[in-house]
Amino acid sequence: MQQEEITGAEALIRSLIAEGVDRVFGYPGGAIIPVYDKLYDYTDSLTHVLVRHEQGAIHAAQGYARVSGRPGVVIVTSGPAATNVMTGLSDATMDSTPLVVITGQVNESLLGSDAFQETDVVGITQPITKWAYQIRRAEDIPGAVARAFYIAGSGRPGPVVLDIAKNAQNELLQWAGYKRCNFIRSYLPSPEIPEADLRRVADMINAAERPMIISGHGVMIAQAEEALAQLAEKADIPVASTLLGLSTMPTAHPLFKGMVGMHGNVGPNWNTNRADLIVAIGMRFDDRVTGEVEHYAKNARIVHIDIDASEFDKNVPTSATIHGDARKALEGLLPMVIPAKHTEWLATFDAAHRTEYDTVMRDALGDDDPEGPLRMGEVARKVSIAAGSDPVLVTDVGQNQMLSARYFNYSAPRSIITSGGLGTMGFGLPAAIGAKMAAPQRQVCVFCGDGGFQMTMQELGTIMQYGTAVKIIVLNNDYLGNVRQWQAMFYNNRFSQTPMVNPNFIEIARAYGIEAENVAHRRELDAAIRRMMDWPGAYLLNVRVDERDMVFPMTPNGKPVDYIILDRNTTYSPEA
Amino acid sequence: MSQNDTTQPTLFTVAVFAENHVGLMNQLSIIFTRRCVNIESISASCCSIPNVHKITLSCYSDRQTMEKIIKQIEKRIDVLRAFLYTDDEIVYQEVALYKVPIARLIDETDLEDIIRRHGARILEINRHNVIIEKTGHNDETEALFNELRRYDIRQFVRSGRVAITKSPAELVDRFISEQEERRLRIEP
Repeated sequence: MQQEEITGAEALIRSLIAEGVDRVFGYPGGAIIPVYDKLYDYTDSLTHVLVRHEQGAIHAAQGYARVSGRPGVVIVTSGPAATNVMTGLSDATMDSTPLVVITGQVNESLLGSDAFQETDVVGITQPITKWAYQIRRAEDIPGAVARAFYIAGSGRPGPVVLDIAKNAQNELLQWAGYKRCNFIRSYLPSPEIPEADLRRVADMINAAERPMIISGHGVMIAQAEEALAQLAEKADIPVASTLLGLSTMPTAHPLFKGMVGMHGNVGPNWNTNRADLIVAIGMRFDDRVTGEVEHYAKNARIVHIDIDASEFDKNVPTSATIHGDARKALEGLLPMVIPAKHTEWLATFDAAHRTEYDTVMRDALGDDDPEGPLRMGEVARKVSIAAGSDPVLVTDVGQNQMLSARYFNYSAPRSIITSGGLGTMGFGLPAAIGAKMAAPQRQVCVFCGDGGFQMTMQELGTIMQYGTAVKIIVLNNDYLGNVRQWQAMFYNNRFSQTPMVNPNFIEIARAYGIEAENVAHRRELDAAIRRMMDWPGAYLLNVRVDERDMVFPMTPNGKPVDYIILDRNTTYSPEA
Repeated sequence: MSQNDTTQPTLFTVAVFAENHVGLMNQLSIIFTRRCVNIESISASCCSIPNVHKITLSCYSDRQTMEKIIKQIEKRIDVLRAFLYTDDEIVYQEVALYKVPIARLIDETDLEDIIRRHGARILEINRHNVIIEKTGHNDETEALFNELRRYDIRQFVRSGRVAITKSPAELVDRFISEQEERRLRIEP
């Protein structure tokens, strides 16, 4: 190839395009101006989304990555811009989201001198990223970008930071074309799975009388949804999912039994301690999943399938592990597993579901009190039904998250984008922007509380600028509802700093040219949702909900997984 | 304390083989910090494999915690392999230097006797001080320290431990050759 001399900034942009990137999320500033200058020449092949705050850029990139499966790309400047993306980096690490985050940095000669807008980006980000690297010479840019994409997207995905000194952006290099990276000596992203490991696990599955699968985010990342369904169907195994594993199996699948965890479904939580085998795939036994760990799955042998070996025996002891890609593991297990029927065992899930429906769901869906206030669960269910085929649910954090996750119906993979591990309030709105840009043909519905919405509502400006047609549902109770729930249940109704005086969200939305309306009564809800869905652009629905609404069932912090509160007076037992 | 008891603190040696990149030490130390494990000693050098850096750390903890730490270390992109050892699995050594005022040492003691009994060396003598070197295990360098203490030690320093395994298997070499085979399959 003919060599030509270009700047480091131009090499960066050419490298991104060579990686197949067509969209970046960012915000310009002093130490990244050379890159923005070159970007001006490449607007035909690389779309830049200008956000209103760098935190918005990284959450949008997360939403984009999780809907598309490809790394999200962020470009910001040094110093405060770099520190503004920290929350998203930590969030993306916890939730295994592939990102390539490019931060400008001061000139190499100024490094360590407390120069204007200098911060130790690599030092700060090493604990919360998969890899962080500083580039000080232009000629290192193509190779470092190639490594960054390889690391971010392979193995257990995660965020990568490239901190590029300004001199490296300005200096010249000989451009000899771009070479993708697919090997790093010190990195083994997806190890071969030994046949013996598969055999051992298949024998355990074949011998189990009460097996249960817990499907995590790893199933989605590995595109193992079909293999999961085939294995579950062949061996007649009930499947539960983690919060991030929702939509790895359609809600309507007869073997799908709901979500595990603190606000999960009764059947899988109760039966975690009745199962004799738990096959956990691409999940990490988070404390919100296990409850008190000493009493977790006490009658079960645990098989853990994961691509990240550091997750094995981290939180719960396992009887067997398969280290590798979830899809390869499931496809390897499929021919070894004997067809089985677990009719009686499956019936216990259905019995638990009936109890949950009668005691929790009817209430949460507003069916028990038709004249009462609107319920968050019913709004989520109605939006889900009205949103057409394969909608994407994006959530903020708190009651809005738990209730929309619980009552949304999932038909296709990659249908829930939520901050699971870090629990980042303010994640929802910008993540929805990225999700919609990754899947413009799908209806993207974001649920926020009045608290979380105000943490990043400046991104309404981004929605205005790009005409991003997201459907925003603010479940507004003038409270920080999830903390309020804990205060009501465990802190003697002392509502310390949870009531919130809110602005007029309708006027705020309209100021950004976004159509909006209030809903305060059940009789108005269906028509308002219909108008929102039929509207061609972005739409904000401010739904007045009752601050006394609570998320149930609930396994309180520190209680065993099968200690399940159904309402404020009742805990679950199968006879109830 | 038994090394099989998983809750009692044991002195572990961690050997990390890694690419020699800027910021490697930070990546390692934050893994210990986050889990409240104090690093007792640390030493970094090249090793027998070209371009591979070896970091040897020692710390008190329990086996379960240490096994999790090893997995977290291996998860770092720049790390090739990391291993956990107890003292019976390795040959290890430390070096200590002592700076002692010369006057009392010469007047009050049989210097030759001290040096011989401890297998120490004198590296330098000037009109003010003697500088003594002692290599050995912690208790041995400590014993000499205790003996010299009465002569008013002005400076004392002990290195991190360096260690080599007794095992016949060279696991890092195996990892690197397996990775090399992988590379050739990917990009022949």
